[in-house]
Amino acid sequence: MQTGTSTVKRGMAEMQKGGVIMDVMTAEQAKIAEAAGASAVMALEKIPSEIRASGGVARMADPRVMEEVMKVVSIPVMAKARIGHYVEAKMLEAMGVDYIDESEVLTPADEVFHISKEQFTVPFVCGAKDLGEALRRIGEGASMLRTKGEPGTGNIVEAVRHMRLIQSQIRKIHGMSKEELMTEAKNLAAPYDLVQYVHENGKLPVVNFAAGGVATPADAALMMHLGADGVFVGSGIFKSDNPEKFAKAIVEATTHYTDFAHIVEISKDLGAPMKGIEISSLDASQRMQDRGW
Amino acid sequence: MKIGVLALQGAVAEHIRMLEKAGAEGIAVKRIEQLHDLQGIIIPGGESTTIGKLMRTYGFMEAIRAFSAQGKPVFGTCAGLIVIAKEIEGQAEAHLGLMDMKVQRNAFGRQRESFEADLPIQGFDRSIRAVFIRAPLIKEVGPNVEVLCSVNDEVVAAREGHLLACSFHPELTDDSSLHAYFVKMVSEATGRT
Repeated sequence: MQTGTSTVKRGMAEMQKGGVIMDVMTAEQAKIAEAAGASAVMALEKIPSEIRASGGVARMADPRVMEEVMKVVSIPVMAKARIGHYVEAKMLEAMGVDYIDESEVLTPADEVFHISKEQFTVPFVCGAKDLGEALRRIGEGASMLRTKGEPGTGNIVEAVRHMRLIQSQIRKIHGMSKEELMTEAKNLAAPYDLVQYVHENGKLPVVNFAAGGVATPADAALMMHLGADGVFVGSGIFKSDNPEKFAKAIVEATTHYTDFAHIVEISKDLGAPMKGIEISSLDASQRMQDRGW
Repeated sequence: MKIGVLALQGAVAEHIRMLEKAGAEGIAVKRIEQLHDLQGIIIPGGESTTIGKLMRTYGFMEAIRAFSAQGKPVFGTCAGLIVIAKEIEGQAEAHLGLMDMKVQRNAFGRQRESFEADLPIQGFDRSIRAVFIRAPLIKEVGPNVEVLCSVNDEVVAAREGHLLACSFHPELTDDSSLHAYFVKMVSEATGRT
């Protein structure tokens, strides 16, 4: 019996496909998410929009929050560690968290190196803005990816930008000749073997979800349409007027993302979504997507 | 031969690829109307609570029970095994409640306890690679259930007539022999009806 193999870690992400992973701050919210059909929850002390509002250094949540959430739900529980913070990640693994998000939503602990994720038994998900970043994270041992988007804004534009860019870079490499691959690996600053994988298979070797700005059922469906394997929703649910309704509608829109008449029905009378932020109004220090490399 | 894979949430494409490797046509099923064209169906791995909820919302509970009542084979893997079980430990309500067995969810623990191993299957000439991810176990089986595979004396694969269940993920390997076994079940059932 082998634990922590690449198949087991990547397979866990495969089982999340077509699902919605929801940020929760309390056991109560975790129960609401599970009842709405979330395929997993992400336990945090503050959701991204609150981190944005409060400023200061954002760290791994109090272990108590994770423990309480793990106690009340039977679906997988994910949690965030700071970029490069090996000890926070080891603590999450010791607690039995099912997936670790090495996340730019928290203040990075290391501006140069990400965690060497291969040596962990628990799998990791990481954010990426482009294919080079995606393949670097896989090279370090990430078993799942997500777009960075711009967390806590309720504005889908950055997640769309990142998903479109990654898909287009995959198509480009898939169509290249063998001679072009090493130069492309150099240009992307990506491991050559992973560039070869993308060339041969026309896809990433791991699941890629959308994250960072999903606020409505239509946003979730849009990301699925653009090729996301599933959706993370951070502030979009518990910053909306009616979290139960929003959560359920986003789950249904993700499953039936091509059934537009159905998305119309489930989008009725939801109340107001979270108030969004125009990206150009953020100054450089407020852009979470520029954390990590 | 057309075999569906319930595509509400979970690992669908992998099952379709394996069905095709085993010589059948795999169809992603999102609506109950699609069931009419199918000779068998796979309920895939994913999150059983999520899949169960979406099945209720879209009328799949009644539709798949009726499908099974016609003798058409149903194969549940991991979450799918939970979905087809008659009884789920610690839960008052089952999902489809088709197969005479009692199952335990997340029976091995959390993700860090997930594992893979080579296991012998009853009637197969060689072991298959079995990938267990937050996997369930079959704790009790009814008199008509045939145990196909065990790990540490706990049941992880079984068959009851036209129903097949395993707590691991045959779709995550390159070995399509369990899918071939199910395709054979479907072709035998189709021959009969």
